[in-house]
Amino acid sequence: MTCCPAHSRTGAATRRSQGRPNGQTRSMTPPTTRETLAGWGRYPQFEAETARPETREDVLRAFEAADKRPVLGRGMGRAYGDAAVSPNGLTLITNRLDRMLEFDPETGWLRCEAGVTISDLIATFLPRGFFPPVVPGTRFVSVGGALASDIHGKNHHVAGSFSDHVRQVEILTGDGRIRTADLEHESELFHATAGGMGLTGLILSMELKLIPVPSPAIKMESVRVPNLEAFFRTSEASRDFPYTVGWIDGMARGRSLGRGVFMRGDHAPARARSGRGLLARVPAALRDARWVSVPWALNPVSVRAFNAVYYRRVWHGVARSLASADSFFFPLDGILNWNRIYGPRGLLQYQFVVTTKDGHDRVRDILETISQSGLVSFLGVIKEFGERRHGGLSFPAPGVNVALDFPNVGDRLFRLLDSLDERVANAGGRVYLTKDARLSKARFREMYPEWREWKAVRDRFDSRGRFTSALGERLGLVDR
Amino acid sequence: MSSSPVLVLGATSPIARAIAREYASSGHSIFVAARNGDEASRIAADLRTRFQVETASASFDARNFAGHQALVDGAVERMGGFDVAVIAIGELGVQAEAQQDFEKALSIIEVNYTGAVSLCERIARHMEERKSGCIVGISSPAGDRGRKRNYFYGSAKGGFSLYLQGLRGRLAPSNVHVLTVKPGYIDTAMTRGMQTRIPIASPESVAQAIVKAQRQRKDTLYFPWFWRPVMFLVKAIPERMFKRLNI
Repeated sequence: MTCCPAHSRTGAATRRSQGRPNGQTRSMTPPTTRETLAGWGRYPQFEAETARPETREDVLRAFEAADKRPVLGRGMGRAYGDAAVSPNGLTLITNRLDRMLEFDPETGWLRCEAGVTISDLIATFLPRGFFPPVVPGTRFVSVGGALASDIHGKNHHVAGSFSDHVRQVEILTGDGRIRTADLEHESELFHATAGGMGLTGLILSMELKLIPVPSPAIKMESVRVPNLEAFFRTSEASRDFPYTVGWIDGMARGRSLGRGVFMRGDHAPARARSGRGLLARVPAALRDARWVSVPWALNPVSVRAFNAVYYRRVWHGVARSLASADSFFFPLDGILNWNRIYGPRGLLQYQFVVTTKDGHDRVRDILETISQSGLVSFLGVIKEFGERRHGGLSFPAPGVNVALDFPNVGDRLFRLLDSLDERVANAGGRVYLTKDARLSKARFREMYPEWREWKAVRDRFDSRGRFTSALGERLGLVDR
Repeated sequence: MSSSPVLVLGATSPIARAIAREYASSGHSIFVAARNGDEASRIAADLRTRFQVETASASFDARNFAGHQALVDGAVERMGGFDVAVIAIGELGVQAEAQQDFEKALSIIEVNYTGAVSLCERIARHMEERKSGCIVGISSPAGDRGRKRNYFYGSAKGGFSLYLQGLRGRLAPSNVHVLTVKPGYIDTAMTRGMQTRIPIASPESVAQAIVKAQRQRKDTLYFPWFWRPVMFLVKAIPERMFKRLNI
């Protein structure tokens, strides 16, 4: 029976009683609930217990109430695999911890809670002439998640990764203490937390530097690149652009291997205005793919056709245009819940960077392996990273970085990805943990030789293994 | 843009926080008060940082009636008077525990009714003197009919709704408006994890509706709208049947 607020709890059976629901004033432990939890790729899925703290105090109460069970912070759930799920513990969803605490327009430094999103930052500060220093391919990530993943963007070759623009972080560590870490104090904890996949503790707040921009628009150029050689040539010639990225047709073969569209841009000069883009004018409900599931439509023929159309969208030569920040940085955000298109089995994204001198050949070899596998791969992303790297579990390293999406077709795909792991590892490379759902522990250790030192730091702050994730357990990053 | 100040009491609830943001986004300065003073000041900082409005904060206890006058006086002095006051204090409590322990029942009654009334009275006098303003009281559809599952909370909210009705009449000649809000399921700790087919609305959507209703000088707002007919039907069930229903 359904009736009035504040009582009709038909779901009482699925709801744990520890921490009673509470409306407004009394401070109590946030209620926990069991739900199916997965990453953006919707593979793998877990039945996990979650709570959603409303305040910083709630986080501490939930941590204490969890007693000795493991906990983990989860932002917007945009990591693709199993990074933001604690299947045997309590996953704390941080999206309500979204207070912006202080901003200095002279310097661009912002102090804010971890649940503030990139989208939030842009909505608040772009009209005031500021932009996040590094943005990923979606607006819908929290800054806590961005730091835990040490995300990179189209400007990695000039700006480095997210943690290069964070000077201080406040973390609840496994020993139950709140620590403030920066480059001087608790610097080991600071470095281990940048890219630490949330396993050094729960990020509560941080200080992050926004960059001044002259206008809200992006002056961009699209260049059609007929193959991988052309991509590398264009990339080399585009180094002076602060934002560069290539879209790559993962199914092109032979002489067309690696063909795609190269995009480069910069913040447009003052007073430049752009349109909102076609998609933004469509009501959100119609742009939502939640009710769409067309895995049968994703077959080699249809995807090849789609990729070909996308490739031919750009005419020969260079197309110049003025784009909104949204359409330049976050084209896929136009379709909400686009991950649902892949159906209930979900998708896997394979993102890697190769670092050896013959990186170009290594990437060609990997792309050939993929295109010959007969497996479907949608348009992917290719970008040459800059020189900066951070050690620990931080992903970006100097070299060529590629990301490709695959529908989850089971064993065939997993075998392909296993064989790619070997090639990537042999090329001095690694896969991006934030996108990963299946890497083996042994391969991980090959790819991230710094793991041992990272873990020693982590263990110092969390000797009892309070912070764990499915990913952490899979890769042997936490002891329980 | 207007800078006319808004007072938000019980500011740490997700609904109150969203209301404060909604007002601040159109340029109102905001005074936030909550039981937890640290949290109130964090919320004030958030409003200031996001919307570049003037803010201030204080802590108070809904059950400490004696402190209410000083709270309101202090806030009035700090902001120079209020055009809107939002009373968002509330405590759901646990019905079963309150039946065992009257102290707990008393707490529910005092927070939701007596404390809310005490605060409203003092704000009413302030606005009556200015001959302008609006009091927004967050009540509940749970106050529309007494039910065995939550009658302490329900009766206190019901009493508060009746109080707001009376206050509306009293203040009408002084050009002071009173809006009674009855939010249905809103996505807060109260409803999280609840298995229901009734849609759960976001705090942002209820906040937008409240600010709009306040500006249009509406008397009562159910949100989402369908709670009005639902509660009309619930109230229409004869008591003889109602007392046997497990709702």
